[in-house]
Amino acid sequence: MDWTWFHRLASPPHVYALAVRLTPWFAWPAALCIAAGLWSGLVLAPPDYQQGDGFRILYVHAPSAWMSLMVYVTMATAAAVGLIWRMKVAHAVAASCAPIGASFTFAALVTGALWGQPMWGTYWQWDPRLTSELVLLFLYLGYMGLRAGIEDPQRADRASAVLAVVGVVNVPIIHYSVTWWNSLHQAPSVMRLAKPAMPFAMLAPLLLMLLGFTLLFAALLLTRLRAEVLARERAASWIREVVSV
Amino acid sequence: MKEFFDMGGYAAFVWPAYLVTLAVVVLNIFWARRSLARSRRDARRRLQMQGEAS
Repeated sequence: MDWTWFHRLASPPHVYALAVRLTPWFAWPAALCIAAGLWSGLVLAPPDYQQGDGFRILYVHAPSAWMSLMVYVTMATAAAVGLIWRMKVAHAVAASCAPIGASFTFAALVTGALWGQPMWGTYWQWDPRLTSELVLLFLYLGYMGLRAGIEDPQRADRASAVLAVVGVVNVPIIHYSVTWWNSLHQAPSVMRLAKPAMPFAMLAPLLLMLLGFTLLFAALLLTRLRAEVLARERAASWIREVVSV
Repeated sequence: MKEFFDMGGYAAFVWPAYLVTLAVVVLNIFWARRSLARSRRDARRRLQMQGEAS
């Protein structure tokens, strides 16, 4: 097998140029998907037979929760690659993921609370799903705090990468919490092996929002990655070319 | 129109949820762009200082 592509991904100038080229290809489709998802979710989708229009919180809650997990898995994978192959760019990817993941975890918790109050009669319960999602937020914040607290960039990379990799055990706990324990939270209705438990008019806006958020993550990650790579490459001559306007 | 904003009586929960998520999306775009602008500015400064030193 030809591994050139992998080695090229370890080269900061190559990654920087690639990020510049790819960002708009993710950002604009993301904007389109999210706009279409909002329109179809708020206007076109019929009200739920039990929850009325209250169910529309789904279209911001589920994509935020999906981001919180997907970004974490991306971060932990990048951190593991950084640890195993000592790849600087991989550590830069992991560091770029954390603030994005933390903010969407926050959104998932807040939108979940706003959905819980009218449907369950409470904003918060120390329920397995809710508690493990809160732990995820603390993992992100701990990761960021650890990085900020260590001055030497290489040590910060390695220490925070270990935290990210160990913390990944929380991801299956969050996903399966609703089946393993008695939880207020419902079981997955889309992210499951069987057919989604939703009619198409309700499912389509959700899929648009999920795709839109995922594309948005790619665009955000590439932008942050450029910033990280620039900050790490102190003396490299290629920097002169990319920052001189 | 009023019906739409009323959200079948759930307006007090639906709109704040959308608002918070929208704010997180917009802030993420803003933060990412700001961190890139800062890194570019810092890199440019470093290059200038190196130029003056040599």
